[in-house]
Amino acid sequence: MITDDQPLLTARGITKMYGRHVGCTDVSFDLFAGEVLAVVGESGSGKSTLLSVLSTRLEPTAGTVCYRMRDGEMRDIYRLNEAERRLLMRTDWGFVHQDAREGLRMGISAGGNVGERLMAIGSRHYGEIRATALDWLGRVEIDLARVDDAPKTFSGGMRQRLQIARNLVTQPRLVYMDEPTGGLDVSVQARLLDLLRGLVADLGLAVVIVTHDLAVARLLSHRIMVMRAGRVIETGLTDQVLDDPREPYTQLLVSSVLQV
Amino acid sequence: MSANAAAEAARPYNYAYLDEQTKRMIRRAILKAIAIPGYQVPFASREMPMPYGWGTGGVQVTASIIGPSDVLKVIDQGSDDTTNAVSIRKFFEKTAGVAVTTATTAASIIQTRHRIPETPLGAGQVLVYQVPIPEPLRFLEPRETETRKMHALAEYGLMHVKLYEDIAKHGRIAKTYDYPVMVGGRYLMDPSPTPKFDNPKMHRSPALQLFGAGREKRIYAVPPHTDVVSLDFDDHPFEVNKFDKPCALCGATDVYLDEVILDDRGGRMFVCSDTDNCETRRADGHRGELLGNEEPRA
Ligand SMILES: [Zn+2]
Repeated sequence: MITDDQPLLTARGITKMYGRHVGCTDVSFDLFAGEVLAVVGESGSGKSTLLSVLSTRLEPTAGTVCYRMRDGEMRDIYRLNEAERRLLMRTDWGFVHQDAREGLRMGISAGGNVGERLMAIGSRHYGEIRATALDWLGRVEIDLARVDDAPKTFSGGMRQRLQIARNLVTQPRLVYMDEPTGGLDVSVQARLLDLLRGLVADLGLAVVIVTHDLAVARLLSHRIMVMRAGRVIETGLTDQVLDDPREPYTQLLVSSVLQV
Repeated sequence: MSANAAAEAARPYNYAYLDEQTKRMIRRAILKAIAIPGYQVPFASREMPMPYGWGTGGVQVTASIIGPSDVLKVIDQGSDDTTNAVSIRKFFEKTAGVAVTTATTAASIIQTRHRIPETPLGAGQVLVYQVPIPEPLRFLEPRETETRKMHALAEYGLMHVKLYEDIAKHGRIAKTYDYPVMVGGRYLMDPSPTPKFDNPKMHRSPALQLFGAGREKRIYAVPPHTDVVSLDFDDHPFEVNKFDKPCALCGATDVYLDEVILDDRGGRMFVCSDTDNCETRRADGHRGELLGNEEPRA
């Protein structure tokens, strides 16, 4: 998949205004299958606005986002009808929220949470749905004995791993992640990052991950985009940007990480 | 002025209580509901001279379709003589001057709460359901904007999640009332709190089935001969409740039974929930355990 010469996602001139206030402005990039792109910056840099625009949650003021559908056709995601858009979001895409409560049904069992996407696309065999759910719980290192427990009884790290399993069960090609390790203890973060890195590589996932944490970007991403005040100010291979930042602002970001 | 019109003019309220404009509005909602089987049509529900929970939705539907030549039957939990059934029957006797009956076969309109008669309905009959909560997705997704979208796009996976949870917890689909159905292969529908035992009776029924929810202001319909399929899984197929014993009074085996407590020492029996069906069978000579187990002579 990585050898495909067509991008999976193309963003061109993405601008989002909130009245006269700039959310993000003139963002363009290509994302290829299997590629992990980290969007980094401080809060207010426009990285979250960009993620919302890319994931059809927030229509841009200007610019286009195109996605290569499973049939190979590039489609403007804001020109899909609602049924196509919703189908895309629950099959070929995933979205991992920082707050797992936004991405899970807290009163539904872990198995039901993972199985929901399967049932949404027509699975009608309880035994198969459950077997698939158990397989995914195993892959995200959740004790299989917890399959019938609701995530409201889970720890923060478990909830996040369950959210990931719930997204990956339909084998999406693109997953958006919004600060997926935010708010977790350092040791829990490390385990989650390790798991994510393995899954992304095994499944050949393309990922757009928004984070303020450069260590997360370093560990997961191939490429990095640094945003400030709504603009992309530096972009490149992750190791190059983090080891040898050209922009003074990026240098500041990197050095403040080193100080921590 | 004809005698009828004179009587009409002398009446302190309009025929069948509702004014003609309201009836036309409700009839339009009913026609739309029939045109889109299983789709919940909003309507401007009126105050009725009875509290919500007493079937105001069903009463408004019945009032909008009833005419002087109709014969009305009203049942509540299968019985013609509960307070609720009696008062609704009296209401239409008084306001619409219609003949009433307890015989399923003699009725042109049957208003019901919680049951479908055991005697199969025929062409020309109308079954009017009193519905408390018309939205089957309500308890899974409280946002009305979202449930509407789910209906519009036929996104019903969430309903199966509920059934999945049932099997995971109880080893089987535990839902015995309000069991969700797909109507005409398109709309997910709540059959109102009828037992799932009655679900198969809705499937391709020759009768017209109308559903009225007064408090929630919704009307929906299953036109004659429409597919009504209960949701299930391939490996956990839909099954109706089974009863261990036949009716203690009439010996019927393929009907829905109610438990009746006989004394305070644990004595109990199971009898037909459909009282008309039970009485008809007994009149035909069928006898259950309590009456000496006799079968009629051929
Ligand atoms: Zn009986």
